[in-house]
Amino acid sequence: MPGYANPGFDTLALHAGAAPDPATGARAVPIHLTTSFVFESSEHAASLFNMERSGHVYSRISNPTNAVLEERVAALEGGSGAIATASGQAALHLAIATIAGAGSHVVASSALYGGSHNLLHYTLARFGIATSFVKPGDFSAWRAAIRPETKLLFGETLGNPGLDVLDIPTVAAIAHENDLPLLVDSTFTTPWLMKPFEHGADLLYHSATKFLSGHGTVIGGVLVDSGRFDWDAATAKSGRFTELTRPYEGFHDMVFSEESTVGAFLLRARREGLRDFGASMSPHTAWLILQGLETLPLRMARHVENARKVVAFLASHDGVASVGYPELETHPDHALAKRLLPRGCGSVFSFDLRGSRAQGRAFIEALKLFSHLANVGDCRSLVIHPASTTHFRMDDAALARAGIGPGTIRLSIGLEDPDDLLDDLKRALKAAARA
Amino acid sequence: MRLAVEGPNGPREAYAYTGGKRFDAGLPAIVFVHGAMHDHSVWTLLARWFAHHGHAVLAPDLPGHAQSAGAPLESIESIATWLLALLDAAGVDEAAFVGHSMGSLIVLEAVSRAPARAQRLVMVGTAYPMAVSPALLEAGEHDPFAAIDSVNALSHSTLAGKPSYPGPGMWLHGANRTLMRRLQMAQREANLFLTDFQVCDRYRGGLDAAARVACPTTLVLGASDQMTGPKHTAAIAAALRARIVTLPSGHSPMTEAPDALLAAVREALAPAR
Repeated sequence: MPGYANPGFDTLALHAGAAPDPATGARAVPIHLTTSFVFESSEHAASLFNMERSGHVYSRISNPTNAVLEERVAALEGGSGAIATASGQAALHLAIATIAGAGSHVVASSALYGGSHNLLHYTLARFGIATSFVKPGDFSAWRAAIRPETKLLFGETLGNPGLDVLDIPTVAAIAHENDLPLLVDSTFTTPWLMKPFEHGADLLYHSATKFLSGHGTVIGGVLVDSGRFDWDAATAKSGRFTELTRPYEGFHDMVFSEESTVGAFLLRARREGLRDFGASMSPHTAWLILQGLETLPLRMARHVENARKVVAFLASHDGVASVGYPELETHPDHALAKRLLPRGCGSVFSFDLRGSRAQGRAFIEALKLFSHLANVGDCRSLVIHPASTTHFRMDDAALARAGIGPGTIRLSIGLEDPDDLLDDLKRALKAAARA
Repeated sequence: MRLAVEGPNGPREAYAYTGGKRFDAGLPAIVFVHGAMHDHSVWTLLARWFAHHGHAVLAPDLPGHAQSAGAPLESIESIATWLLALLDAAGVDEAAFVGHSMGSLIVLEAVSRAPARAQRLVMVGTAYPMAVSPALLEAGEHDPFAAIDSVNALSHSTLAGKPSYPGPGMWLHGANRTLMRRLQMAQREANLFLTDFQVCDRYRGGLDAAARVACPTTLVLGASDQMTGPKHTAAIAAALRARIVTLPSGHSPMTEAPDALLAAVREALAPAR
C-alpha cells in the first residue's frame, strides 16, 4: 500500500532515542554524569517514585544517556525497550533473576560462552536456580528437559566454540508450546546480522563490550524485551510468572503486566533488579557504546567481508585441518546459517591447526597484527589459543569433549586491510609448521 | 478490576485498570478510554496519578481488546452504550470522560447520551469526522500487519520521545507496534484493525452528539499529529464550545508528552472558577 515507512536500520543506528539536547542544542548525545536528578517539588518526587510520572531519579535505576542507548538497541532489534547493564553477564543475570528464583529451572544450550556456563552451572545453582544443558540442535532434548518449574529457554545465536547456529524458530516454538519465553545471547551476530525477535525469540541480550561498542574500550551489556510474550496468558495456564502478574510487595504492590502490556518484564527488571542488584552501566560507558553503535552497519559489513577472506584463506591452507565457519558447506549448520544469517555469520570463529599444543603456541607468538587476548568483537583483530590459555588445565581428552583440539585457534577478525591480516596469518602458519 | 457489563446478549466480562489502587466508587470518578488498536496500558501513568490524587479511575480495555472478552463492537454508538453500562457495573453515577482518538469519539457519544453523568469531557488526539483513507482500510483488510506499521509510523512525531513511556528505556515505536500486533493476533473473532478503523471512519453522529453535551469540554491536540491533524477539529470544537490545548506531540501525547498531557488533563478537570 502507499504510505509511510518506519525508519531503516542505518537511520535508527544514528537517531533512535536521541534528538538535539533541548537545553543546550548539543547535537551529539550528552553524557549525563550525575548520580541523581532534582525534583521539581515534593509532589513531583512522590509521583516519580510511585510511577505516576516517567523520569529519572537516580542513575543506578535510569539515566538519560543510558536511556538513549537502551532505546537505540531496542529500535535496532525491533524490541519494545531495553535496559543497559554493567556487563553482558549482568544482563544475563538480570534476565533470569527477573522471572526466576530459588526452585526455578532453566533449559540452556550446552554451546555457551564459558562465563554464561559458569553463571548457570555453578553460581545460580548455589542460589537454587538449576539448569539443564542440551545440545542446541537436539530438539527432543529441549522438550524433554522442560519441567513445571522451568522459567525460560536460553541459547546463543552462534554458540561457543563451534558456532552452532541456534535454530531460533524451532526452539522458540518449543518454548511457546510450553508457555515459556526464549532468551538468546545475540552478541556474536548483532542486529545487523540477525534480529532474533523476527524469528520468535522473546528476550535477548548483548555483551555490548563486543561489536555494539566495537572499539574494545568498555564493558557493558544490554537486555532487550520484544514485548511479545504474554505473561498473563502463560501464568493463567502454568502459574509460572507471578513475578510479573501478581502484586509485588517490593514496589507498591504493582502488578507489572497491568501497568504495561508490552513492558512488564522490563518494568520489574528495572524496578527490582537494577534497583537491588545494582549492576547498572556508567553513563560514560553508555556514551562510548553509542559512538560504536552509530557505525555498527558499516563495521559489521566490513567485519564479515574480512572474515570471509580469512576463512577462504585458511580453508585452503595445508597447515589447517579445519575451519569452523557456518558459511562453509563443511559446517554442520551450513543450511541453517543460510536461512537465518543471510548477511553473514559474523567475524568470530575457530580453526584447527594440524599439530600439537606447542605448534598452537608458536602460531600465536608469531602473529604481529593479531592481538593475543581474551576478547572478541573489537575493531582490531584478536586471537587466542584455548588449549594454552582459557582451557590449559584440561588434558586432550577433556578438550575434545569441549569441542576444542590442541591446535584450535579462535580468531576475531577486525577491520584492518585484509591483505595485512592474511600476511600475518601466513607468517604464523609458517612458524607453526617449523615448531 | 473485572466487571460484568450488561449488553444486548447478556453480561459480558470486561477488564478495567484502576490506577494501581482499589476502586472506590465514592470518589470523583474519571474514565479513560483508549483508541483503536490500543488497550488500557496507554493510560497507566495518567491513571496512576489521578488514582493516587483522590480519584476513582477506570481505564477499561474495550470489548475485544486485550483482557476484555469477545469480539470488538462495530460502531461508536454501540461502544458508547457499552461504556455507560460499564459505569453502571462499577457503581459510577457521574464521571469525567477522557478519550483518545477513537476513544475520544466514544466518550463524546457516551456523554451526549447521558449528559447528566458527565462532569467533564476531554478529547485527546481527536478529529471529526475521523475519516480513514481508503488505502489504509484496504491494507487493514488484506495485510493488517503492514497497516499497523503505517499507522505506527504516522502516530509518532519523533524518534526520541522523552522521558519515554511508561519509563526510561522504552522505545515508543517498538512498544506501540508490538502492542498493536499483539492485540491483532489475540483477536480471533474479527480483524481488529479493520473493525477499529472502520468504526472511526463510519461515525457520523459527532456534531449531533456535540449539541447534546452540557459539560465543559477540552480538546488536547498534538501539534505534529499526522493521524488526526489539528486542522480537522474546527467544526467539532466549535460545536462543543471546547477549549483547545495543543501539545508538542504527535498522535499519542500519552506516550510522547506524558507530563504535558497530565498538566492539560488536570487543568481540564479542575473545578470551575
